[in-house]
Amino acid sequence: MRIPCPHCGARDAQEFAYRGDAAPSRPDLDSGQAAFADYVYLRDNPAGHIQEYWHHTQGCRAWLIVTRDTRTHAIFSARFAGERGE
Amino acid sequence: MSEFRLPSGGAIDRTKPLRFSFDGVDYEGFAGDTLASALIANGKHFVARSFKYHRPRGILSAGPEEPSALITLAHGEHEEPNALATTTWLRNGLTARSQNNWPSLDLDLMAINGWFAPFFAAGFYYKTFMWPGALWERLYEPLIRRAAGLGKLNAQPDERCYDSAHVFCDLLVIGAGPAGLACALAAARAGLRVLLIEQDRALGGRLLSENHVIDGAASATWLERIEAELASLPSVTILRDTTLFAAYDHGAFAALERIEDGYAQQRLWRIVAKRTVLATGAHERPIVFGGNDAPGVMLASAVETYASRFAARAGDAITVFTTTDSGWRAAQNIANSGARIVAVIDPRMDASFDRAALCDAMGAKLFSGAHIAGVRGKKRVRAIDIVDRSGSRHVLRTDIIAVSGGWNPAIGIGCHLGARPIWSDAIHSFVLPSDAAHVSPIGAAAGHFSLTNALMDGANAANLAAEALGKTNTPPVIFTADQENVSVTPLWRVKDSNSKAFVDLQNDVTDFDISLAAREGFTSVEHLKRYTTLGMGVDQGKTSNVNGFALLAEASGKDIAEAGTILARPPYAPVAIGAFAGMHRDEHFRPTRFTPSHEWAEERGAVFVDAGEWKRAQWYPIEGESDWLQSVTREASAVRSAVGICDVSTLGKIEVQGPDAGALLDFVYVNRMSNLQPGRVRYGLMLREDGFALDDGSVARFSDQHFFITTTTANAARVMQHLDFCRQVLRPDLDVSTASATEQWAQYSVAGPKSRALLQRLLPTLNISNAVFPHMSALMTQWRGIPLRLYRLSFSGELAYEIAAPAHYGDALMRALFECGAEFGVTPYGTEALGVLRIEKGHAAGNEFSGQTTAHDLGFGRLLSLKRDYIGRVMAERAALTDPMRLRLVGLRPVDPQMRLTSGAHLLPIGAAPSASVDDGYVTSVAFSPSLSHWIALALVRNGPNRLGERLRFYDPVRGGNGEVELCAPVFVDPTGERVRG
Repeated sequence: MRIPCPHCGARDAQEFAYRGDAAPSRPDLDSGQAAFADYVYLRDNPAGHIQEYWHHTQGCRAWLIVTRDTRTHAIFSARFAGERGE
Repeated sequence: MSEFRLPSGGAIDRTKPLRFSFDGVDYEGFAGDTLASALIANGKHFVARSFKYHRPRGILSAGPEEPSALITLAHGEHEEPNALATTTWLRNGLTARSQNNWPSLDLDLMAINGWFAPFFAAGFYYKTFMWPGALWERLYEPLIRRAAGLGKLNAQPDERCYDSAHVFCDLLVIGAGPAGLACALAAARAGLRVLLIEQDRALGGRLLSENHVIDGAASATWLERIEAELASLPSVTILRDTTLFAAYDHGAFAALERIEDGYAQQRLWRIVAKRTVLATGAHERPIVFGGNDAPGVMLASAVETYASRFAARAGDAITVFTTTDSGWRAAQNIANSGARIVAVIDPRMDASFDRAALCDAMGAKLFSGAHIAGVRGKKRVRAIDIVDRSGSRHVLRTDIIAVSGGWNPAIGIGCHLGARPIWSDAIHSFVLPSDAAHVSPIGAAAGHFSLTNALMDGANAANLAAEALGKTNTPPVIFTADQENVSVTPLWRVKDSNSKAFVDLQNDVTDFDISLAAREGFTSVEHLKRYTTLGMGVDQGKTSNVNGFALLAEASGKDIAEAGTILARPPYAPVAIGAFAGMHRDEHFRPTRFTPSHEWAEERGAVFVDAGEWKRAQWYPIEGESDWLQSVTREASAVRSAVGICDVSTLGKIEVQGPDAGALLDFVYVNRMSNLQPGRVRYGLMLREDGFALDDGSVARFSDQHFFITTTTANAARVMQHLDFCRQVLRPDLDVSTASATEQWAQYSVAGPKSRALLQRLLPTLNISNAVFPHMSALMTQWRGIPLRLYRLSFSGELAYEIAAPAHYGDALMRALFECGAEFGVTPYGTEALGVLRIEKGHAAGNEFSGQTTAHDLGFGRLLSLKRDYIGRVMAERAALTDPMRLRLVGLRPVDPQMRLTSGAHLLPIGAAPSASVDDGYVTSVAFSPSLSHWIALALVRNGPNRLGERLRFYDPVRGGNGEVELCAPVFVDPTGERVRG
């Protein structure tokens, strides 16, 4: 697999660490335990497009959000995770 | 010269004879031979015994699709099983032997399996040996495993050297036959960076065995010209003897290069290509008829290759059995090379050319509309039974049957990403669908079997690639070649055979097995494959799958297009595990990390322990010490009574700087850091977001915007990644930077009542009195012009410091510390004594930070801030994580002071029968305490802190520990902490 790092260009997936689904966003402190339990434990398992966290551990160390198709492994985009768009 | 070597012709070098041995017999071949061609030139066809029935087998093919001629090669002590005789280049001294026979190839007693063939039909594993069940593991399975199989590993280490390399290109061309060569050349002329990969040592593919006219010249001349031009172009890289075995996502591929003379014997290539062309050609397909597995039954193209390329006659009287036009060309080429064709048998009634005239020219008999119904001879074909168009039988003496049943495009690589092949009625085989986007098949791999089409495909694919990659101003390249007939009328099976007809030679699957599987309901190709093992050998069914699926379609009343085919998976050809490991084996399996003063520790005779990738000094034995415990006890005592120095450079170290540095640390630690004063140090605890403890360490603040934190050795990388995530993803609003400094600083713990005196000797002008530099302080200073960082913190419970210098000066600092400490009796101590000292103080470390413990479990509940948000805050408050009945940290001391405690022991109520249901906890860390002169332990015990003084049974069935222990507070030495503040 090749991941297009916005800093470094297309690099081998071996340089990256995988974290998983980027959809859940961290709740506010006062959202309660149930909201945090969802955030920590619940993940969708879609057949199709998914946004995932990848860390360019052996490169620029940027956390990326990569949009991938779980059926084909096609990668559509990769952007810095800190710049939450969409 | 060997009996079957032709006097002239071929691409072998008759001036370079090579000696080799097979099954202990010496033979001679020539440079340019494969092991198979050399054996054939010596008249040796019977080279193997089959997988299940131990039937004699010969050499079917002349390439990587070979199912039968698998042999074991000797490489010194190590043996390489299942090498293909057909792709192993001959070298002087090569030693090979046959496989799967006992006591010998010629007399194989396991051939008795053939008599019991009815028991070994499809699915026999599932049907026989069922009763009594107890015998399966002890008797049946070992018997079957001994009887069935291919080569065996001899369990000697593989000493060969495997290399690896990366390569990038615009256009990857897999296969250097006419299509691949035309494509590579046209693409290179258009300005693309081309990588051309060929499994053979020579470029040319079929042109190495056949004679054609291309661009008005003999194909051999054309080939020389193309090769010369490719070699002259710097944008072209050619890898020969290299098998591309896997396609991965996004244009990544893997290939294995075999190297004859080099520091490595094989090289694994990782390839990244913008576009890829599949020019792998096609594999000729055998015909299924009774006795078609005897040595002497070969593919027509292989007989042709051996005759024309290797100047080796397969036999004295060759019969060609063909349903294809290409089989006729092979017959002519074989005859032209100097071998004798006695007959051509063509089941087809008619052809587009004059077959009688061709047979007359070769001096061969023509049997049109006929087929072979039987083969006579077990270890070698002696004669065949022919049924002619009128149904009458003829017996013909012959020693080679050259079979041509059609051509299967070699599309395995094209299936690796999931593209499912589709049936083509035009070529009677499977081709890649047009949406197999990662590779573009051309030439024979696309089912375009004529040379003209192959050359055209190659040029077109190059033009498409050039256009797609923005190279548009290129004149089109056109090659022209002679016309040839490529018609095929498949004969899937000869029905009136009276002996076993094999579909899969490697796994001994017969036509009977396939019809039996169909009768039993295994009518999907995927089920058929698993039930009969069709195509499941190391050859991946390259010569057998299509025939098998055609027979399945026939038996189940479907058409082949509907029955479909299976998907090939990587690796396309077997790859040794060693090739994947490459240089990463033995001590190079992963990097070894040495601390800056490693050499110093070696000089002091340190015993080292692996801590992840690090080498850490475990203890420093001195003369007269014979036992590690003796050394460790001495070292720990020295720290308590005088001063010791321990290398703690392996701790994770992270710089945190910026206006919001404090805010970031407040977010990742449970205790507040933003209110830490510059020049002060604080203990810090991190949780995971699920509320469990992650790691701990110290946080020093040097200035308003400058913090420096440490992590445990084991979690250094993980905490750094965690900080990256928190900073970049969760709190991008904070203005703060982080950087790992683990390798930048050498750091030493200087611990013991005389540590201040020692440091004062090193830094005489610095005021480090207790009043100015109290416990939990930090400062930056200089020593001989080198920046130093000094922290007053203690893991041992003694007055202690940690002193850090840039890594390059670590060794110098260590030596200076020992010079300064000589008069104080300074003692180096290793990780074991470090452990003893921290266990005496009840400090939790890696054994306690197990990922299953919470802050409350470890006694840090009071640190949890309730005023702000931080990682793990909400989940740590869950009732189950703060339940006092959880396993919580306590100390243990043995009731009998002589008793030795062991880590991992369980704690049970006294008098209860040992059982998980009454388990009260377990021991995490143990040490012999020099201060108390008995063993002590830290343990996680149910509701432990509320049960101090209680006695429990110490139970360690693994190491034989059994006795009583008393629960106590985990701090065994100086419980009020006076020494550390002294």
